[in-house]
Amino acid sequence: MAITENIIGTLPDERGHFGPYGGLFVPETLMEPLEELRVAYQHYMADENFLRELDEDLANYVGRPSPIYHARRWSEQLGGAQIYLKREDLNHTGAHKVNNTVGQALLARHMGKRRIIAETGAGQHGVASATVAARLGLECVVYMGAVDIVRQEANVYRMRLLGAEVRAVESGSKTLKDALNEAMRDWVTNVDNTFYIIGTVAGPHPYPAMVRDFQSIIGREARTQMLHQAGRQPEALVACVGGGSNAIGLFYPYLDDQGVAIYGVEAAGNGLETGQHAAPLCAGKPGVLHGNRTYLMEDADGQIIETHSISAGLDYPGVGPEHAWLKDSGRANYVAVTDDQALAAFHDLTRIEGIIPALESSHALAYASQLATTMRPDQIILVNLSGRGDKDMHTVAAREGIRL
Amino acid sequence: MSLISRKFAQLKAQNKKALIPFITAGDPIPEITVDLMHDLVSAGADLIELGVPFSDPMADGPVIQRASERALEYHVSLRDVLDMVTQFRQLDAETPVILMGYLNPIEVMGYEHFADQAANAGVDGLLIVDIPPEEGEELQRIFKANLIDQVFLVAPTSTPDRIQRICDVSGGFVYYVSVKGVTGAGHLDLKSVEHKLAEIRSRTDLPVGVGFGIKDAQTAAAVSRLADAVVVGSALVSRVEALADEPEKIGASLREVISSMRQAMDKVD
Repeated sequence: MAITENIIGTLPDERGHFGPYGGLFVPETLMEPLEELRVAYQHYMADENFLRELDEDLANYVGRPSPIYHARRWSEQLGGAQIYLKREDLNHTGAHKVNNTVGQALLARHMGKRRIIAETGAGQHGVASATVAARLGLECVVYMGAVDIVRQEANVYRMRLLGAEVRAVESGSKTLKDALNEAMRDWVTNVDNTFYIIGTVAGPHPYPAMVRDFQSIIGREARTQMLHQAGRQPEALVACVGGGSNAIGLFYPYLDDQGVAIYGVEAAGNGLETGQHAAPLCAGKPGVLHGNRTYLMEDADGQIIETHSISAGLDYPGVGPEHAWLKDSGRANYVAVTDDQALAAFHDLTRIEGIIPALESSHALAYASQLATTMRPDQIILVNLSGRGDKDMHTVAAREGIRL
Repeated sequence: MSLISRKFAQLKAQNKKALIPFITAGDPIPEITVDLMHDLVSAGADLIELGVPFSDPMADGPVIQRASERALEYHVSLRDVLDMVTQFRQLDAETPVILMGYLNPIEVMGYEHFADQAANAGVDGLLIVDIPPEEGEELQRIFKANLIDQVFLVAPTSTPDRIQRICDVSGGFVYYVSVKGVTGAGHLDLKSVEHKLAEIRSRTDLPVGVGFGIKDAQTAAAVSRLADAVVVGSALVSRVEALADEPEKIGASLREVISSMRQAMDKVD
């Protein structure tokens, strides 16, 4: 289906629907708190003082704008399109996650909530939440699957240093999806004084729209920077998609630029054909989980199935509802790359450009490198380098049989 | 009149309150669920809430989460749960059965197909935790057409406007979640329950059930003074859990707790 009308500003509808996706599928206890959040969010996003405070935080605390870097040597070696990188890895805390936590924490403070909770998989969103909580003097509890706690020791320690309490989640598959369930349970119980900072563009309305709006700074900056640095906008955008917050942050401001092709890259894990992956858009089907309708990894009975990816941040069985809509509408393309392909791109960027990317972002890089070879050298691909790879040293080393 | 409404009318005529036990289908093994349902009825249950196992029960506390996990080890599906109801109906045509669960397994089966199959199996009501009235219009229409009551929840956080909206669409009865929190959690505050029930009753003639936080005969009796129905879940499921390795003893254990609740509730005048 070709889209000829403008999309920006039209979705979601007032009840949080992106076509058939999104919505508010939560227990009754959360309906009123979500409505309060929606109203507060709408109010403060039109409040000059709030926006000024947000801008100052993004500039002076996060370090924005993040630069765009032309990966000349890598582009040359690939022999195709020019690859530009939006350097979200240079943000404070090392990933795009902080764009959103700074915004939501500010909102929490304005709403008078003294306690924040968050879920985390790889630990990046947990660290970004603990960071802003420390700065604002808010109590912070982070839910993390027991399996992920073992995989991401360093980030667990980081969160504890920042004063957050990290609670191990022992239910279900003990990973990100279960951490989200547990955070929801906490919120239902402590809803009076607690603000739940969701880390991705999923969850019940208004989260998918709110997180998108906070992350859209990525694409807004990119539009200006590309004009300045390349004299024009790119032919293609590429970003990795787990829940999809860094991707929507880059894509959203470009949705109405029909000349810009959009690619979201999911984790194919050991290969889509093996079933061991985390690619609901490429290989799943629509269902309802965590407050919204979207593409899911589920079995024939509607039970959510375990995912696999080398990257903990992409290891999630759902995806933001706006991505589900962008897929169906044809405005964006969703593809998947395997663990091995992502690792190869990880090493290439490290050795050729001196930038160590996160394993999540390496999925986007891997697809960009394939895409580049199908394009001409005078064409441009803009990749969202959503995070840095320091946190992944142990994973990559272990893969090569090295114990750090 | 639906089986649920008829049951509430009968109880009212006898000046009694409804006792509604909850167990998860397939917990701890699928073979005993139907027997347990009969046990519950013989010990004094008026309606039965049967939990449909789900991998991600975000409104449930640890006790009922683990019940789902035990059942899912046997891959108990929504289809299996309907088969259990069919089997139950062979011996009991009177006791209303309400399925409680999450939306996704129903989405996967398809609304129309599910409603048709559920009605055939003898399901009387549905309580879907993660679908508020706003999202459920299509489902409500389909359930209505199949004469299945959709029971909606009212929470302590529900505003008067929301309570009205919920009462307008709820079928069979209205279920008041008595504490902010997940199943099995929290401390029952009878004063606030009383206050909220008055608010609900001012907006509907439907019976009102109260669940969450009912742990023993004493709390069941106390709640039955205020409500038309008492729902007890985690207190039963934790007994199932304790006897998971000796499933043959579960029936007697559940009968014991249900009869003690029944007696305590019936003593209330």
